[in-house]
Amino acid sequence: MTSPLDQKKIKITGPVVVTANRVGDGAVVYRSPDGGWTTELDRAVIATDASIARTLVAAASGDDLNAVGPYVAPVKLLPGGGVWPGNLRELIRHGGPTIELPAVLGA
Amino acid sequence: MYVYDAFDRKLVTERVNDFRDQVARRLSGELTEEEFKPLRLMNGVYLQLHAYMLRIAIPYGTLSSLQLRQLARVARKYDRGYGHFTTRQNIQFHWIKLAELPDAMAELASVGMHGMQTSGNNVRNITTDQWAGVAPDEIEDPRIWAELIRQHVTLHPEFSFMPRKFKIAVGASHHDRAALRIHDLALRLHRNAAGETGFEVMVGGGLGRTPYLALTIKPFLPTRDVLSYVEAVLRTYNQFGRRDNIWKARIKILVHDLGAEAFADEVDTEWQSIKDGALALDQAVVTEIAGRFRYPAYEKLDDSPKGLAQTRNDDRRLDAWVKNCVTNHKVPGYAIVTLSLKPQGGTPGDATAAQMDEIADLADRYSFGEIRVGHEQNLVLPHIAQRDLPVLWRALDAIDLALPNVNSITDIISCPGLDYCSLANARSIPIAQEITRRFRDLDMQRELGRLHINISGCINACGHHHVGHIGILGVEKNGEEFYQITLGGKADENATLGTLIGPAVPFAQVADVVEDIAAAYLALRQRPDELFIDTVKRTGVEPFRERVYAAR
Amino acid sequence: MPLVENGQVVQDRYVYVGEDERIPDRAPVIVPAKRFLDNADALIGRDGSLGVAWPNDRRVAELAPWLGHLALVALQFPKFRDGRAYSQARLLRETYGFGGTLRATGDVLRDQFQFLVRAGFNSFEVKKPADAGVFAEAVRRYSVFYQASADGSVPAQRRRLHRTAAGDP
Repeated sequence: MTSPLDQKKIKITGPVVVTANRVGDGAVVYRSPDGGWTTELDRAVIATDASIARTLVAAASGDDLNAVGPYVAPVKLLPGGGVWPGNLRELIRHGGPTIELPAVLGA
Repeated sequence: MYVYDAFDRKLVTERVNDFRDQVARRLSGELTEEEFKPLRLMNGVYLQLHAYMLRIAIPYGTLSSLQLRQLARVARKYDRGYGHFTTRQNIQFHWIKLAELPDAMAELASVGMHGMQTSGNNVRNITTDQWAGVAPDEIEDPRIWAELIRQHVTLHPEFSFMPRKFKIAVGASHHDRAALRIHDLALRLHRNAAGETGFEVMVGGGLGRTPYLALTIKPFLPTRDVLSYVEAVLRTYNQFGRRDNIWKARIKILVHDLGAEAFADEVDTEWQSIKDGALALDQAVVTEIAGRFRYPAYEKLDDSPKGLAQTRNDDRRLDAWVKNCVTNHKVPGYAIVTLSLKPQGGTPGDATAAQMDEIADLADRYSFGEIRVGHEQNLVLPHIAQRDLPVLWRALDAIDLALPNVNSITDIISCPGLDYCSLANARSIPIAQEITRRFRDLDMQRELGRLHINISGCINACGHHHVGHIGILGVEKNGEEFYQITLGGKADENATLGTLIGPAVPFAQVADVVEDIAAAYLALRQRPDELFIDTVKRTGVEPFRERVYAAR
Repeated sequence: MPLVENGQVVQDRYVYVGEDERIPDRAPVIVPAKRFLDNADALIGRDGSLGVAWPNDRRVAELAPWLGHLALVALQFPKFRDGRAYSQARLLRETYGFGGTLRATGDVLRDQFQFLVRAGFNSFEVKKPADAGVFAEAVRRYSVFYQASADGSVPAQRRRLHRTAAGDP
């Protein structure tokens, strides 16, 4: 999907999280309520309006030591509780490539 | 192949140490990401959707078995057990951790491999065709010139911060197997009327948002002048290439804005002042570099050795493989063998660590320890004695590397796409996989003949879709994946950009569309041996457009 | 912003003078390109070392006629990724034979020091004080170079030919 890293204005049409890549290993991480980062989408802080989202991104951008390229990503709130990625790109970032990887590690 | 000397090894080691220091300063916070990013890019380290990606240079696509084994080792130790061969003869690892990168690079440096300038705004891997040095139709080995230029542009103090990347390709035959005309700078070795060897110099090719084919700015450049002329081109680009807009920053924009003649004049003015200086190549230098290229000690063998014809006759599958994967070698009694990395349902261009080790072993046994990587994302064993073809085939067949689909509709060239790449708009690999399933029948593949499909997951065109016989470009519409289809592209000496045939089609329909195009070709061709690309050229895209969009 | 010359932090003798500021008597000054070109004769005739700050989007060929009268040329790196001044530096040194002080200014960072030296710069307005402190070490990161360049480092190819001539393997 078009890179959300080009976001200049943040427009919110639903619940969003702030996501980035962890510096050490590039893993997908989400901003957590304590101002840290988590790999668990369920533990991410969710924003429902643009100004809160902007604040979160600004704070995250200052955390260059731990994570890079923070941006706002849509999520779906599931009926039974729980959070799910809100578009294909985030689905792939969350769950990994949609294809089978060629080898089992160590094979 | 080129053998590193002490200077080459030292440079690569110094580079690893430099990068190790930069990584440490990044992890400690001394360097911000903004400061670190260009530095890591200069070592081929990208940040992708899930992890860092490391791109390792395979200069002009030539690998030793030792190097291939080391790539396998790195894949196992630092990645997830596989690597991906790219459309620029490089290899990529998609799951590397930043903190482990210096160690991975040190292990690669020990066999003369590195990621220098596989990314960043500098001169990238210099490519040639995968049959360089063994093809019957080339006038001499282009890799010697590629190596000379490679050294000259590596860590060049003036050209490490150019407006954008710069891709060079070198060819040495009339038939272009290196896709010269889609490069920023292409050099084609040929002989003039007087029998002297020189380069046709072409600049300004490139795909992406504004695709262009390179224009000839100098029909004949004596080989003595190649470094100074390249320097003049780079200096012109570095000074005058646009830096205000990333989509207008390649040299192709400068060449087309100025016009080829004005651009050539600008280069020439600069060149005149440096051509007889330190960069003029004397024969001693060329001989010295050429001397470190090791060539096999070929035996004196006959073509078509006794028994081979009979063996082929007895085994239909061996015969099919020879017909599809084996081509003529310039040395009698030898052959060039292509290994398809396009298995049915697989990811184009991927190889597991186990496969890499097996190929390295086979290279040692049958190919004088040498392997090649093609921009079509297949591998080549370039020095096979014809008498060894049956035993080689049996070994390849046992490890599923003998699929006779080279140049067929299932020999797809594809970028990694949205499954891996943060630049992508859409996935490319599942599209390729479904196409290979639809066309799995080898008889059907043979019936369709040479047919190149190129798939790119975004406009950056790393899959070279513009020059595919069938080009497929992923785009995004309202959060869904759609694909534009082009027909009639070519990457050879008659390079052509493909023509869009109609509105983009959704993900689920792409394989159907390809089936419709194949069916249209079979209906339209004048003779069974009229190639797909020639049919398209003859009829234009209209009949194909009609067929594809009739029910859509 | 610390100034590094000869491998160490030094005091800047030069005074930057803007388009409309008064030029101090006798002090070494660096004037912007436009002011220089508009007043070249007067500035050259003045008592005191003269430097020109040249923008990175203008050909140094325009400055070439006066190089013999200039003690310093300051080139610009608006962002370190903008490498036009490397070409300007090499042209000044190698094509036009400028022998004075060639100063790198702007976004000048540690990881470009060795490139800058090899391109012909010998004066550096370093962006980060910490980088200034490690200048001497940073320019020794690499000992092997494939290219001949303005700083006189011997390229690998020449060292190879000497080795071959000397009969080494």
